[in-house]
Amino acid sequence: MAKIVVVTSGKGGVGKTTTSAAFGTGLAQRGQKTVIIDFDVGLRNLDLIMGCERRVVYDFVNVINGEARLSQALIKDKQLDNLFILPASQTRDKDALTPEGVKKILDELQNEFDYIICDSPAGIERGAHLAMYYADSALIVTNPEVSSVRDSDRILGLLSSKTKRAEEGLPPPKEHLVITRYSPRRVENGEMISVETVQEILGIPLLGVIPESLAVLRASNSGVPVIMDNQSDAGLAYSDLVDRFLGQTVPHRFLDVVKKGSFLRRLFGGGKTTTREITLT
Amino acid sequence: MSTLLAFIKKRLNRPNTAQMAKERLQIIVAHERLNRGDRKDGGNLQELQQKLIDMVAEFLGVDKAQVNVELQRDKNRSVLELNVTMPDRV
Ligand SMILES: Nc1ncnc2c1ncn2[C@@H]1O[C@H](COP(=O)(O)OP(=O)(O)OP(=O)(O)O)[C@@H](O)[C@H]1O
Ligand SMILES: [Mg+2]
Repeated sequence: MAKIVVVTSGKGGVGKTTTSAAFGTGLAQRGQKTVIIDFDVGLRNLDLIMGCERRVVYDFVNVINGEARLSQALIKDKQLDNLFILPASQTRDKDALTPEGVKKILDELQNEFDYIICDSPAGIERGAHLAMYYADSALIVTNPEVSSVRDSDRILGLLSSKTKRAEEGLPPPKEHLVITRYSPRRVENGEMISVETVQEILGIPLLGVIPESLAVLRASNSGVPVIMDNQSDAGLAYSDLVDRFLGQTVPHRFLDVVKKGSFLRRLFGGGKTTTREITLT
Repeated sequence: MSTLLAFIKKRLNRPNTAQMAKERLQIIVAHERLNRGDRKDGGNLQELQQKLIDMVAEFLGVDKAQVNVELQRDKNRSVLELNVTMPDRV
């Protein structure tokens, strides 16, 4: 039985799709057979981030409507044999996703895969609800910024009341905090709230901190998930995150301002950057 | 030179907006959790109201219907108001 992980946030544009692509790819790199599903009906984007946009023939809604078989809609990753993408539909019909339809597809995928990653759309409407409904765990993607933190807290509320697990009286999906677009320099200048603050306010365990990084734009330009760029800070931060998710203890890096003299180190990637333990409260 | 000095001075006096963000978030998130009542750690407003009513009624020896608990809030503060109608002593 596959584990279902939703990548969600409430607020738009915080890095859900970037994280879904990196996380799913990282799991596959570590031998887990993984499928990433784009739940953003009408605003398909995961295909671009994964670099498979030209191979989309059928989509999620086609399969739900019986217009294509699941095996016809799944796109195999360019590089990894055990990684697949299920693209979102470009239909304008927001009701195209139904709870029964989603369940049917997840049931079918569960026998085949180790992990099913659900890339949620922004908001708290139907698409976001369905993306989280069947989840076993959740990555809460949050930017260190007031509206994003507040929306993440709302999502935590939904996870503990509006998911299948919650409705069945089980503990809600396991929550993991992922802070993205983090800028240690701006935190040091008092312009950005710190990791510790975000964590204190949301009160859930921290899985990873992804720095604000040019590598993310480079990755999306070229259609290769940023985790493949193991010379970059963001790529390494995502790799650490995946290792932690799979149970390893890995210290957090890129939380502190890189001091003078380490310019070359910064330039050539972060092998030896400062690491820090974050105590969970 | 004076512009450089002014720049440095401005920078030094710049308020710590991260601290402001933190305080505002703490308040709004606590409020919204209380209202939603969907998280154990956030507490449930209705539950809090009921517990207060039970406790006050028992302590004062009055009927529960005589105890009223309300949360009022405006921009800057929240007031948890507790009204008890005391029975006339004979
Ligand atoms: N760590 C990062 N550093 C710099 N830019 C980033 C980072 N993470 C994400 N971005 C940028 O932020 C933008 C939004 O990212 P992304 O599409 O992953 O967000 P999203 O949450 O999926 O958005 P939506 O809510 O629209 O689905 C993109 O332009 C992406 O390149
Ligand atoms: Mg997205």
